[in-house]
Amino acid sequence: MTAASIPLESGSRAGAFLAVLHRDLYVTWKELPAFLAQVILQPLFLLFVFGKVLGSLGYTQHGYADLLFPGLLGLTVVLTSIQALAFPLVAEFGWTREIEDRLLAPMPTSYVAAEKILFAMLRAFGATLIMIPIGYAILGHIPWQWRNTGWFVAALVLGALVGAGLGLLIGTLVQPQRINIVFSLVFTPLLFTGCTQYPWPSLARLRWFQVITAGNPMTYVSEMMRGALTPSVPHIQPWICLVVALGAIALLLTVGVRGFYRRAID
Amino acid sequence: MGVVRVEELVKRYPKSQVNAVDGVSFEIEAGEVFGLLGPNGAGKTTTVGVLTTRVRPTSGRASIDGVDVVADPVGVRRQLAVVPQRSNLDRAISIRDNLIFHAAYHGVPPKVREARADELLGQFGLADRSSSRPDFFSGGQSQRVMIARALMHRPKVLFLDEPTTGLDPAARLFVWDRLRELRDAGVTLLLTTHDMHEAAALSDRVGIMDHGKLLALDSPEGLMRSLAGETTLELAADEPADGTLADALAALPGVERVERLQGSPEDGDAFRVRLYLAGEAAPLVAPAAAALAEQGLALNDVRFGTATLEDVFINLTGRSLR
Repeated sequence: MTAASIPLESGSRAGAFLAVLHRDLYVTWKELPAFLAQVILQPLFLLFVFGKVLGSLGYTQHGYADLLFPGLLGLTVVLTSIQALAFPLVAEFGWTREIEDRLLAPMPTSYVAAEKILFAMLRAFGATLIMIPIGYAILGHIPWQWRNTGWFVAALVLGALVGAGLGLLIGTLVQPQRINIVFSLVFTPLLFTGCTQYPWPSLARLRWFQVITAGNPMTYVSEMMRGALTPSVPHIQPWICLVVALGAIALLLTVGVRGFYRRAID
Repeated sequence: MGVVRVEELVKRYPKSQVNAVDGVSFEIEAGEVFGLLGPNGAGKTTTVGVLTTRVRPTSGRASIDGVDVVADPVGVRRQLAVVPQRSNLDRAISIRDNLIFHAAYHGVPPKVREARADELLGQFGLADRSSSRPDFFSGGQSQRVMIARALMHRPKVLFLDEPTTGLDPAARLFVWDRLRELRDAGVTLLLTTHDMHEAAALSDRVGIMDHGKLLALDSPEGLMRSLAGETTLELAADEPADGTLADALAALPGVERVERLQGSPEDGDAFRVRLYLAGEAAPLVAPAAAALAEQGLALNDVRFGTATLEDVFINLTGRSLR
């Protein structure tokens, strides 16, 4: 057999993209319990302690759980998306080098980055939607407005994109040996300044903290969720959240994708 | 026309003062095994990086089977496969799934990739491990899996980086045999290595690189012939000697070059020298011994040899590889 007679398989670009996505979903499916533990435990305990325990003991006002729940959805969608992207990316570029086989697949490098983003979003959607039955189970009811479903979906998608942008940024900028410290330095502040546990307008009494929280893109996701689920609670107008979130996404993805190219091609 | 073409390739990394690859040109014919030899930092990896679309060239051209690496990187990726030195296998899935997903990325139909995976796993002696994850595989096993994976989409050109460095002798021979089979099947192989023995054993042609330049390019035999003298004569004596002895040896008929080697006094050879000869070595033993005797030295070791690729390399680059 000569080289000329060797049949060449010519996969399409879209086919390569879908095959990589298939691999990621396949691994998630095989490791479903680990995935659920990873994404659900934290919001579950937050919901249980702040929404149920403190309320039952009378330390929080009636209705606090309704205010907390949309914030936790915002938290879950953003953090899951970050984790789904940043952790594997740091490892794959750093020491496992697993990403090399994908970078050599017959598709543009941007498709590899796009697949990472899409997959992180799908995980974030899954983790957030699971919070709805869990909320029912723990709180007995959850705030929900059918007429605001559009805003809920918008908050979900924007939250996943904000998380993917942050994840791409962290995943391509952080050196593997620093990943632990970066996660502490990034995650904890993100978790507590994202207006998850309190609505933003109520911070007017704590002006300096209100300014800080305005800098966290997660704030706008939480507030958008609140606008959709508990419109009676004072919140930032959804369209303002939409504009700010879109701006943040554009910025994060631009820098993140550039970082991805820098790591992928010399 | 060569299946791999590199023309006046230059790569300078940002913030670097020198070119990592500095005007390299070569062609590889279809079905050829081409060895790229050089010390670390010579520019081999960068050259291969350009050909495999992972490094953007600063200037010059490179193409695989007529497809330009800059103009159509996706088209180039369809033609090639890469076997890196260190494992980059997917640790979350079994080695069989590693092969199957790789083929899926390249658009191999499901039935074909399943059958091909089983065939390759058998051929590479991995059938009984096919459902294991690659985590605890030895270097040799990982290497075999990565070669099998690379063959899943039937690439025209296979790039291998130090394919048998760190493998035990049996594993190394196994890999060599598989690579020779691939060559016989018409696959073009480009291997980068700093192992002379590997390059000489496998390659049809060898390119020697250093400081970003291609210093020589020929068959291993041709390279060895090109070295001053085809044969060498190594002499040792128990006493150290000064430069006049080397001069006297260099003056003997047929001696083209004299190289002082590191003697080891504890082994009884304080003086050791290698003569590169134009002709036969045996007739020179007596005159050389006489030259030593004139200096009051007794000959205590004689070795005949032919030039090795390593000699060629040292002659070109002035340094040893290991």
